[in-house]
Amino acid sequence: MLERLRLAASTCAVALTLGSAAQAVELEFYFPVAVGGGAAEIIQKMTDDYMAQTPDVTINAVYSGSYADTTTRAITASRGGNAPQLAILLSVDLFALLDEEMILPWDDFIPEAEQDAFFGGFFDSFMRNSQTDGKTWGIPFQRSTPVMYYNKEAFAAAGLDPEAPPATWDELVEMGKTLTVTDASGTVTQWGVRIPSSGFPSWLFTGLVASNGQDGLANDAGTEVYFDTPAVVEALDYLVSLSRDHGIMEPGILDWGATPRAFMDGQTAIAWTTTGNLTNIRTNAPFDFGVAMLPAKERRGAPTGGGNFYLFDGSTPEQLQAAVDFVRWATEPAQAAQWSIDTGYVAPRADTWETEMMQAYAQEVPGALVARDQLEYAVPELSTYQGPQVTQIINDNIAAAIVGDKTPAQAMADAQAAADAILSAYR
Amino acid sequence: MSVMVTDTSRVDRALFVTGAWVLALIWVLPLAWAIWSAIHPPAFVTRFDPLAPLTVENFVGAWNAAPFGRYLLNTVLLVSLVLGAQLLLCIHAAFAFARLEFPGKSILFALVLLQLMVTPDILLVRNYATVASLGLLDTILAIGLPYFASAFAIFLLRQTFKTIPKELDDAARVEGVTLLGLIWRVYVPLAKPTILAFALVSVSHHWNNFVWPLIVTSSVETRPLTVGLSIFATTDSGIEWSTITAATLITSAPLLVGFLLFQRQFVQSFMRAGIK
Amino acid sequence: MHRDWGHAALLLLPAMVLLFAFTHMPAIQTVIDSFWSTPRGRRPSVFVGDANYRRMLADPIFLKAMSNNAVYAALTIPASIALALAMAIFVQGRIAGRAFLRMSYFTPTVLPLIAVANIWVFFFLPGFGLFEQIREALGLSPQNWIGQPATALYAVTVVSVWSQAGFFMIFYLAALQNIPDSLREAAALEGTSRWTFFRRVTWPLLMPTTLFLSVNATINAFRTVDHIFVMTQGGPNNASMLLLYYIYEIGFRFWDTAYAATLTVVMVAILAIVGLGQFFLMDRRIHYK
Repeated sequence: MLERLRLAASTCAVALTLGSAAQAVELEFYFPVAVGGGAAEIIQKMTDDYMAQTPDVTINAVYSGSYADTTTRAITASRGGNAPQLAILLSVDLFALLDEEMILPWDDFIPEAEQDAFFGGFFDSFMRNSQTDGKTWGIPFQRSTPVMYYNKEAFAAAGLDPEAPPATWDELVEMGKTLTVTDASGTVTQWGVRIPSSGFPSWLFTGLVASNGQDGLANDAGTEVYFDTPAVVEALDYLVSLSRDHGIMEPGILDWGATPRAFMDGQTAIAWTTTGNLTNIRTNAPFDFGVAMLPAKERRGAPTGGGNFYLFDGSTPEQLQAAVDFVRWATEPAQAAQWSIDTGYVAPRADTWETEMMQAYAQEVPGALVARDQLEYAVPELSTYQGPQVTQIINDNIAAAIVGDKTPAQAMADAQAAADAILSAYR
Repeated sequence: MSVMVTDTSRVDRALFVTGAWVLALIWVLPLAWAIWSAIHPPAFVTRFDPLAPLTVENFVGAWNAAPFGRYLLNTVLLVSLVLGAQLLLCIHAAFAFARLEFPGKSILFALVLLQLMVTPDILLVRNYATVASLGLLDTILAIGLPYFASAFAIFLLRQTFKTIPKELDDAARVEGVTLLGLIWRVYVPLAKPTILAFALVSVSHHWNNFVWPLIVTSSVETRPLTVGLSIFATTDSGIEWSTITAATLITSAPLLVGFLLFQRQFVQSFMRAGIK
Repeated sequence: MHRDWGHAALLLLPAMVLLFAFTHMPAIQTVIDSFWSTPRGRRPSVFVGDANYRRMLADPIFLKAMSNNAVYAALTIPASIALALAMAIFVQGRIAGRAFLRMSYFTPTVLPLIAVANIWVFFFLPGFGLFEQIREALGLSPQNWIGQPATALYAVTVVSVWSQAGFFMIFYLAALQNIPDSLREAAALEGTSRWTFFRRVTWPLLMPTTLFLSVNATINAFRTVDHIFVMTQGGPNNASMLLLYYIYEIGFRFWDTAYAATLTVVMVAILAIVGLGQFFLMDRRIHYK
């Protein structure tokens, strides 16, 4: 069945390219690399494979550095009148790109009859910040979500069941207390949990907000933020209480980059970080570890993150159609499965997970399934107009609450007021 | 030295030597740790076990994970371009300020000195717009251009040129040497220590410069080592110090080795240049 | 003489054109930009009078960055200079392992700050960092050096001092070389102590160098922010925010160029004032010579 489907899809793609392009089409495609390992070569290989089977299309894949670099480069090129046809940029860049009027909706390039099957095949939580205003502006590709890693040996040593990680906020606190180990001098040698807070704390914080029952931190139009609701304040208070009241998390801002090392060195029994670290931890942790969903309060919850394909304005219809065809091919089960396995990103379509390749992988790396199953509860990452500035506002205020400069309620009230001042221009 | 060997001076001396060594050990510690973690497996980053196995894996991993070869080439091109342009422009300008009389000289010189304080790095927002309007974004030329006219070089060379006896000019002119000939065959050779000292400062400054190149570059073909390294080190996944320290050593090695080989000449050229 | 004018013009022209294009023009343009709004999408830039300046004075992050920068300057300038002088005196005479000492002091200068900042992050990490191990040995309570507002600014200050002191040492070494040995010998014969000799002879003779270095250190205190990118990104809650890093953030992460220009005007004003001060002092020094 699947084989036939894939065959049908690729014949369809071939037919489309044959129909639309009598002569050779050349595409430019900017992409970032945000995880270690050879993601750049993997994308290069993917475009090479595609060109081998569709000889009339030439794709010039340009590795453009970090996400920030790639965004800057795409915006600059676009302003200068030589936009790429395609770029992978952060899903939260959507409103900035709309504000600059640089991108086109995918709806215009996909036959109406196929739209439901194509757009509908992606996990809803990934589509949430790919669509606005009734149109689809981003195609999920390089996507991730945070999960909870836990040290099974530390669980056993503390007398806890290594197969039963904390499932609720309260359990996290209770088990955290059991897992926190202090030496004779009173210094903690193993913390219960580590939720890193440097750089972009709002991302993991969105997980707490979602599990406390609130559907993300902003509306889908990107014009309103909900920073000062009781659910958000309670989530922040919980985060702060882990160090302040319960003493199970190290106080202060905890470095994002040092988190895998802290976990692998046994400094913390539980760590929250991206699925993108799965390969790293699997190769380097000297102990048996487990992967679990983020714990629930009102419900399960987590943010999504990562990058989407965007289609840029300013090219010929033939080029745009060829770009769309390439993206449809790249998100097909066979390609998407290979991509997910090679990089550790979460395959963004349900059909990908049904391939044999993916099932074999899930068997070998059970953590991968946790990420997929968690998507059902996931909410969009904070994404608004003037995104970087609004995100910085909440990040600063989360940090202020963590270090004790402000109470959680005060911090979130300040964040709401500052964000409103910026967003009012867009309402 | 041995005129005053008393007990107090011996204690004095011991304190002096101890102070020197303690300070040196503190100063060298980061580099020492970088070397330690680069040549051992990642698990030994936090464990100082003298019997830890040695490895070159970190270097291999770092070298393969990012196009450091290309970054190195970009940096070498950048520092050569900057230094070449600086010397060409500033030697001539410095000579004019040191030896020629023309109206508005002191005002112009004051305007030059202004750049000692207000360096191009500080005006990055506006300079970015200038470079963009010239269509030079994401080129090596764009990284170097704002630094070509260096107030420091002009100032330094002017001071040196002023110490050269004027009689040499007259003698040269009598022999029919042109002005350019005078500059390049009389003044430049005599100012060699100053030029060398400036060259070392310029190379090490531009080798390590970060913010401006970060802003104007966005591709592998133009990015210098510092920017390449920062992208390499900031990924969504965690920091792996053993790879990062290996990458740091790879990127600083040319400059480090250069300094170790030439450190005596370096210090001496500074002394002879009379920079103070 | 008039032939000189033509020559001077030709010799100066290329350098002066570039100097104007990348220093004077942008400085003037920045002042103009600060009175306009940032163009966005279809909305063009409009004249806003002093709105950007009023926003700046009411911006708590700007005020924080200013006070942080003042502290950062007040610590890095004297510390770098004092350590540089100590280093120069240490390695100037005969001392065991002189080559090693000189290398140790100087190497931080040739390492890219952006790269060594990662090493320092590791040193400051709670738990396994180097400072933690020293702290443990001293029996003090655990510190998250770069993760708490009380210490973050000092942590980045330490890194800055570490990276520039060795460079300043070279200038002192050069200056010390110019102090005649005969002075030292005469002092030794009279039984003058090392300290008195330093206070009465060395220090006054090094004054011009100290002055030059303190101006340099001042510029660096405003210009050196590379390590902030890696270590704290100005956090936590702007506790280590410095002016140039804030300008970068506003200008190149938030793309608010008008406000970034306004902040730049403040920076240029500060440096111009320091520069004028230097000009006066230098002028006097040249007369004394």
